[in-house]
Amino acid sequence: MVAGIENNNSSNTSTYAGLGSLLILPTWLVIGFFLVLPVLMMLVYSFLTKEFRGGVIWEFSLAAYDQFFFDRGLFGDEPPKIEWTYIIIFWRSIWLAAVATFLCLLVGFPTAWFIATRSGPNKSLWLFLITIPYWVNLLIRTISMKFLIRDTGPLNEWLLAAGVIPEPIHMINTNFAVQLGLFYSYLPFMVLPIYAAVERYNFAYSEAAADLYAGRWATLRKIILPIVKPGIIAGCILVFVPSLGAFLAPDLLGGAKNFMIGSLIEEQFKGNAGNWPFGAAAAMILLSMVLIVLTFYARQQMKQGKR
Amino acid sequence: MARNNDMRWFPGFSVTTLLCLFLLYAPLIIVAVYSFNDSKSITNWGGFSLRWYADVFWGVEAPRFRAAAINSFIIAISAAITSTIIATMAATAMLRAGRFRGKTFSFALINLPLMVPEIVTAVASLIFFSAIGFTTGILTILIAHIVFCIPFAYLPIAARMQGIDDLYEQAAMDLYATRLQTFRLILLPLMAPGIISGFLLAFIISLDDFIITNFVKGAGIETLPTAIFGSVKQGIKPNIMAISTLLLAVSVVFVTLSWLVGRIGQKQQQTATNGGE
Repeated sequence: MVAGIENNNSSNTSTYAGLGSLLILPTWLVIGFFLVLPVLMMLVYSFLTKEFRGGVIWEFSLAAYDQFFFDRGLFGDEPPKIEWTYIIIFWRSIWLAAVATFLCLLVGFPTAWFIATRSGPNKSLWLFLITIPYWVNLLIRTISMKFLIRDTGPLNEWLLAAGVIPEPIHMINTNFAVQLGLFYSYLPFMVLPIYAAVERYNFAYSEAAADLYAGRWATLRKIILPIVKPGIIAGCILVFVPSLGAFLAPDLLGGAKNFMIGSLIEEQFKGNAGNWPFGAAAAMILLSMVLIVLTFYARQQMKQGKR
Repeated sequence: MARNNDMRWFPGFSVTTLLCLFLLYAPLIIVAVYSFNDSKSITNWGGFSLRWYADVFWGVEAPRFRAAAINSFIIAISAAITSTIIATMAATAMLRAGRFRGKTFSFALINLPLMVPEIVTAVASLIFFSAIGFTTGILTILIAHIVFCIPFAYLPIAARMQGIDDLYEQAAMDLYATRLQTFRLILLPLMAPGIISGFLLAFIISLDDFIITNFVKGAGIETLPTAIFGSVKQGIKPNIMAISTLLLAVSVVFVTLSWLVGRIGQKQQQTATNGGE
């Protein structure tokens, strides 16, 4: 996934020169027709009028965005006030995703560093151990976490039996559980890109720095961090973006009270709300936020490239 | 070298790594262990038993799980084959066809499914299929899966192709091989490990998907993740832990296979380069 974000079209071999457009055509057709076009239609739908059991009426309307930002009372005739419900849900999602990113960095960076500095077959074994959870079904991982931290789950049972706590700690259906779930879900996404960056780092640089009387801290800050930074940023994006739109963690671990953007959107299409234009508008706002993050990343990458 | 000068070593990093692995594996291992628990109440240990596995295959929910599993595998195999073919063509275009119009844009397009949050893709797909009047069902799931499998299949294939010197292809062309022959007889065999890795990863990604599938599946059609999700909504029963453990095992087997194939590929590549010099 990391290599995919980086630009690797440097190769100039041209055995199949002239066939490029033909060979790339299926990709263009499939992704263009079944991803780009649908996203554009979603944009259109966010400006249509809702139909009551799902679906839309083809009539231009700003109602979806209006509902998102403004409160006009029960009958829609009061002067508009700012509607906080959805802004708070978005804000909470951003906060949860940011904290998850920070926690993943806290644990992920030392892990990536440790693995990248191993040698020989040990290294590939460590790496393999980190890779497996990366590919294991997210639903199953979330269910496992739910099972573990339930009121009558193994964790509480063991802590009770060991006499550490007098009564079960209530963790499920709290904000804490959602936070834990996000951290747990996307931790491997942080480790792998940082690993890739540290792996490329040539330790002769830090030896040279040490020869020139740089202390450990100075070497870390001035030599290593600038080189490893792209990996750290890539890791943060790979954790932050999916956390922001997460559905499984808030749904299975957070219950009905701890809504995130993902659950809000899902409810408009699969749940009881059934307001497609509003769901499309919320998804558009989420997508815009992600695009802002990615633009920031792309600019960072370009600056790095110029150096 | 003195330890305090060696930047490879930091205090606490090894402990953090162990903690990280513990955090990642503990919940999975606990569920796997409890899936062998011979007790109706999930958390009390009542001795080793395979009864919940029997329940998965022959119990009340078995027909539903079986149908879901069949759907899942049909979709995963079809999506993996299609996306691997598309990704192989794309990689050949990006790495072996020199310059062409829209190359940079193509690169962004291949990676687009990774950038758009899953829930957004899910909503967009549902809206698209309903707007063009496509009946949701197995076909809509398959189409959506092909889209997001493309970048996952592309990565190992492109990585592998990048490592192959085009000398061999040049040699073949000098000996009057057609481009198709060169592709079939030189490039394809050399790329095989990358293609197999790409296929396996695409397969796993398709098998695992929940959110997008949940949106674009028609009424009454389930894949394993949506069937499991539906059951979990009524509480975690022991048979869910058994089926989760089975799916976990499938993922581990496939990732291990992909890893081994990648390693064999690397070794081949090393010997090939060493022999050439």
